[in-house]
Amino acid sequence: MSAVGEVRTVARQSLWRNEFARGVIIQAAVAIALLALTVFLVHNTAVNLAKRGIASGFHFLENVAGFQPTFSLVPFDLATSTNGRVFLLGLVNTLVVSAIGIVFATLLGFIVGIARLSHNYLIRKLAAVYVDVIRNIPLLAQIIFWYFGVLSTLPNVRQSLNFLGFFFLNQRGLFMPAPIFEAGFWIIPAALVVGIIAAIVVYGWARRRQMLTGQQFPALSVGFALIVGLPVLADLGAGSPVTWSLPELKGFNFQGGMSVLPEFVALLLALSIYTAAFIAEIVRSGVQAVSHGQTEAARALGLRPTLTTRLVILPQALRVIVPPLTSQYLNLTKNSSLGVIIAYPDLVSVFAGTVQNQTGQAVECVAITMAVYLVISLLISAFMNWYNKHIALVER
Amino acid sequence: MAEITASTPHVALPDQPPPASEVGVVGWLRRNLFSSIPNTVLTLFALYLLYVIVPPLLNWAIFSANWQSGTSVKDCVWDGACWTMIRARFGILMYGFYPAEARWRVDVTFVLQFAAIAGLLIEGVPFKKYWAIFLFFIYPFVAFWLLYGGLGLPVIETASWGGLMLNLVLATTGIVLSLPLGILLALGRRSKLPIIRLLSVAFIEFVRGVPLITVLFMASVVFPLFMPEGVNFNKLLRVVIGIILFSAAYIAENVRGGLQAIPKGQYEGAMALGLNYWKMNGLVVLPQALRIAIPSIVNSFIGLFMDTTLVIIVGQIELLGMAQSSARDPNWLGTINTALAFVSMVFFIFCFSMSRYSQYLERKLYTGHKR
Repeated sequence: MSAVGEVRTVARQSLWRNEFARGVIIQAAVAIALLALTVFLVHNTAVNLAKRGIASGFHFLENVAGFQPTFSLVPFDLATSTNGRVFLLGLVNTLVVSAIGIVFATLLGFIVGIARLSHNYLIRKLAAVYVDVIRNIPLLAQIIFWYFGVLSTLPNVRQSLNFLGFFFLNQRGLFMPAPIFEAGFWIIPAALVVGIIAAIVVYGWARRRQMLTGQQFPALSVGFALIVGLPVLADLGAGSPVTWSLPELKGFNFQGGMSVLPEFVALLLALSIYTAAFIAEIVRSGVQAVSHGQTEAARALGLRPTLTTRLVILPQALRVIVPPLTSQYLNLTKNSSLGVIIAYPDLVSVFAGTVQNQTGQAVECVAITMAVYLVISLLISAFMNWYNKHIALVER
Repeated sequence: MAEITASTPHVALPDQPPPASEVGVVGWLRRNLFSSIPNTVLTLFALYLLYVIVPPLLNWAIFSANWQSGTSVKDCVWDGACWTMIRARFGILMYGFYPAEARWRVDVTFVLQFAAIAGLLIEGVPFKKYWAIFLFFIYPFVAFWLLYGGLGLPVIETASWGGLMLNLVLATTGIVLSLPLGILLALGRRSKLPIIRLLSVAFIEFVRGVPLITVLFMASVVFPLFMPEGVNFNKLLRVVIGIILFSAAYIAENVRGGLQAIPKGQYEGAMALGLNYWKMNGLVVLPQALRIAIPSIVNSFIGLFMDTTLVIIVGQIELLGMAQSSARDPNWLGTINTALAFVSMVFFIFCFSMSRYSQYLERKLYTGHKR
């Protein structure tokens, strides 16, 4: 090897062998490559949009949408409502079905999860079969089943299924009583707030007293009585300012009350039942993660089984349960986008679907939709981090 | 009665048998089902649930179901499931519109795939290394050649791919091709270089924060805008790219879980031997980390396999889509429940066996690492 070549190799190697310099070179190369790719894609997109005569930017949000979504919880008018309004409507529909779904999935999931740990053989096995079957069938098939397989085969309006005379289920959806607020109804929510605050105060006082004197006070039942009782008393005292409008069969359809679309019912059922199977597994593993010694120690101290569960097992199990539980909530919210298959007007269906189709502004629509889910997921993970810090074991 | 004398040794009488109510079937029932009043109520409730669900289901699916062959829903004379429809449309449900005379190619592809996977996973089968090399480096090209054609085989356009075959193709390519990308992302997330780490974290968290549907929308409506003029990507290819990017983020998190389980001593040992970054990871850390990550990667694969049904939304007709459109066929109106039952069974068989396998693996790996 010639001397010149050797010197050159040594010089090149020494730069490459320097860890810091190597890091800078690699990162600069990656950053430049990524930048070049971005410029390339942006340029292509601009050329393509210009060629197809598609506008860019967010002005389309102010244009009139010109279609009527089937289900709307925000005021919507066909003639004047804009694409921005459609976005809001889709967002509200997504959040509503997710929020109610989370409540039902949590209830069902905890019941099934506890049933998985039951001493009763039949209950235990039933819960296990539920979990295994539901988790291994695609959610989309379940949504289609509830919508086309169950709700479409319900009787027509005249032969509605009647529950207690208040709830009616038929092909057009679920009909139920709606509250009518008259003047002075604000006293009831006010009483509810007062009840909650009073319950918290009582709980704090009872805890302090127990710490000081060892005397117990039934804070839970008193708090419950305050939260439920005060609004009821307020309702009676103010002469029932809230009345209920009952659905009644008049002519070809129900009048009065509230109606819920079959798409909503189907999506809600499918999401709750599907997510509950995952929550059940989380609950089961959370409870099993608390070592048996904890139960034995609590019993040795003389705690009753209910108190053992409430004061010893549950707080420790929740520490294991909550992080994966929040990620299931996030999954449920993301999965609500599958409602598009049965035309539930959620964010993906009306905004990334219909508005995108009508305006052609695919980049903006898909980007906004993704951004919404990202924000939701960041909020949920921020909550999770806060909670984890709050309950983490303080060690050493 | 025998007379007891001083010389009689003390011999224990044989044990009395336990009471009849404590052993055998009765004892089991008492312990597990009727130990207390609340427990008895629960048992009765469970029995009632079983009574409401099981007999009608069995009746619908088996006893009053239609098993005979036929050409339209009129041939389904019994009021249970119309398996006749599945029989009539079995080919289309499995292969989509793949030409009937070429379906052997799909069969060969998947037989090869299952053989290679079985060779890799079943204990006691020799030559693991060669199975892996075949599966990850040779098989993808063979599969592409068999399914798509060329080099002597007639070309079959991806537009006619469909049914279960499409689910399997999407899930397998998704997982196989996203594995290297996922490993790189996981390494990037733990890298000491800030820009690399930032980019990896941003990508992983972005993808995990959005639903697969939006990624598929992006693949079907936004990707074409990104391409230079005149470049036209195959629609299925765009969907596959979307799925690969999506599952790479999840695989990255699985691999990261494995990486975190590796003790620091392994890194330090590798560095002390003078191995550079890639050799340290490739020869020491990753082989151990991936072994630990296999169960969660299998779980990701199950999730991905079920998620492949979502491609109907962007117009690719896989098994669920084929079943749905079969039930909409004028000849087979009203067979949606049969169609869904069939699809559910297919997915259940695949996913349940895979999840059992991953549980088995988890147990096996757990004991291996217990100290």
